[in-house]
Amino acid sequence: MELKTTVYQKTNNKKIGKLLLESLSDMYSSRFLAKQLAVRDIKAQYRQSFLGILWAFITPLSTALVWIILSKSGTVQLTDTGVPYPVFVFSGTLLWSIIIESINAPMVNTNGARGILSKINFPKEALILSGVYKLISNSFVKIIVLLVFLIVYGVGFHASALFFPLAFLGIIFFGTTLGLFITPLGMLYNDVGKIISMGLSFLMYATPVVYAIPKTGLLKTLMEMNPLTPLLLTTRNLLFGQNLDYLTYYFGVFTVCIPLFFLGLVFYRISIPIIVERMSA
Amino acid sequence: MEENEVLVKVENLSKKFCIDLKTSLWYGVKDLCYNVFGNKNENSEELRPKEFWAVKDISFELRRGECLGLIGHNGAGKSTLLKILNGLINPDEGKVTIKGRVCALIELGAGFNPILTGRENIYNNGAVLGFSKNEIDSKVEEIIDFAEIREFIDMPVQNYSSGMKVRLGFAVAAQMEPDVLIIDEVLAVGDLGFRVKCMNRITDLLSSSAVIFVSHSMAQVTTVSNEAMLLEHGRIDSYSKNVGDVVEKYFFKFQTSDEQLIGDGSIKLTEFSFIENSKKVVETYIRNGEDLKIEFEIKADEDVENLKFRIGFFNIEYKLLAEVDSDTVNFIGKVVDGKLIVSVVIKGLYLRYGKYSIHLHVINLDTNKKLLRQSNIGHFIVKPTISIGADFLLPSEWS
Repeated sequence: MELKTTVYQKTNNKKIGKLLLESLSDMYSSRFLAKQLAVRDIKAQYRQSFLGILWAFITPLSTALVWIILSKSGTVQLTDTGVPYPVFVFSGTLLWSIIIESINAPMVNTNGARGILSKINFPKEALILSGVYKLISNSFVKIIVLLVFLIVYGVGFHASALFFPLAFLGIIFFGTTLGLFITPLGMLYNDVGKIISMGLSFLMYATPVVYAIPKTGLLKTLMEMNPLTPLLLTTRNLLFGQNLDYLTYYFGVFTVCIPLFFLGLVFYRISIPIIVERMSA
Repeated sequence: MEENEVLVKVENLSKKFCIDLKTSLWYGVKDLCYNVFGNKNENSEELRPKEFWAVKDISFELRRGECLGLIGHNGAGKSTLLKILNGLINPDEGKVTIKGRVCALIELGAGFNPILTGRENIYNNGAVLGFSKNEIDSKVEEIIDFAEIREFIDMPVQNYSSGMKVRLGFAVAAQMEPDVLIIDEVLAVGDLGFRVKCMNRITDLLSSSAVIFVSHSMAQVTTVSNEAMLLEHGRIDSYSKNVGDVVEKYFFKFQTSDEQLIGDGSIKLTEFSFIENSKKVVETYIRNGEDLKIEFEIKADEDVENLKFRIGFFNIEYKLLAEVDSDTVNFIGKVVDGKLIVSVVIKGLYLRYGKYSIHLHVINLDTNKKLLRQSNIGHFIVKPTISIGADFLLPSEWS
């Protein structure tokens, strides 16, 4: 049998196409590893917890609750959202939490694997894939809770909701793409992670998470520029059977996202040895 | 000739490391940019400020069935070299070409999650090591038997003793059938029975793969390897098929720790030397079975009588191997006019090949008090007439 030959040398002359091909083939061949890592983390997460699955939606639920109280008490005046406000705000915070988790997933998973990264050579793409697996499984519970909300508040199901799973995967794809670019720097400097989480908490208010887009003003302009707006709105409106106002922008985002994703994979692949070198003693 | 194909080829391998963490991280960002956008003006031959060569100009070839013993002091670049060979980090210069499946026994039990059971963790560890699900399914019973922890296999790994974790980790890793095997001192753990089992498994693998073996145990290196490389500050100091020669060079380089002094200060050791052909020398070499002659001088402010001496020989792993005592021949020391010169002849030192350090105890026979205990006062090397595995070669008569 012909033995596989591996060459290690200073890598600044490799073609992007070749790297991408290697990256994709490693991702394909590491399906079992990715699944195993995801199962390991999910099992461990629930085994060492009493409330277990509840944690998946307690945070978005509590944010939603704050806003429900604010609006009910008349502290904040909000424009009409087209659906009962609790459903609107809960679906918003829930989808928002999925976006944040997807953006953070590559960095969290790569960071969590520090120990093995510096000791064992395994396809690192498995970390990304296992992140996606974990996101899907964690979000599954959230979405079921959201569906319960829809029924309780009488929003009901619409035919457009059939596209919701696709839009949901779209969110994960978008977040992971961003995450791929953040990860290498974030592994080197802790600052990056902190800046991202701070930036995202501001960005939430420039995205129609807890209130709809205002009719006029600076916030309207900001919100309409924000690429997360079409992402969130389209996904939510599919569920509510409302008008898809930003569909062009939505597809525009993904047209940019797809090549960026492949570029991100290459970037991630190139950066791992450099990170391992700097972080391990 | 499949048996003799070159599996590992290393050409002029070099790697830079940075002393300072902040600078190191910054260089990391720069390297990231260089690698992504292409390298225009950076000269990889030159060190940037605060950098040093962790590995420099290493070249070697290894064929199937050969075992390279990698030795050197802590920080000589052994682990860095292994990391490059394992593909964890990229070299700054040079090239590594490896054929076939690589298995690195650098850390056992990678991917274990402490909360999960042993059985679950076999799958985690196996997946990280590159096994498929079917492979693990078919080997899981074998792994449990090899690790000898069947009764605890469904218990969370966090309740395992460290030895049990290592057993399980090795049992999984032992299932690999590598073409190139990289071993970094993982064998020094576990209890004796298991260590023997590990060594047996590794010996099995030795014949079918090219092995790179890092150890501080020269005994292991001399037994296992058929060639050796001594690294010093990242460079090859010595590389030869004659493992003994390389190990000897390592002994010469060994910096034994400073002299340690314990005592009440009433007497002092002022001079210590070996006698070699009637001349005083600081370091000496003797052949196995030859006499070792020592002379030392003691000074005291007040004259003391009834002194007893004991000299201990420590090997490089700081194990006390042999002692001589003046009491056995009823020799009693006496400091006159503040000074005493003692000479000792140790008859036929049948120690194993290696470097030994000498420790001196001086005891007052009247009070039975230790007046002086001084370590590392001198060093000598025993050169073998024949190579032995034990610490001693006993003189014997045969007929």
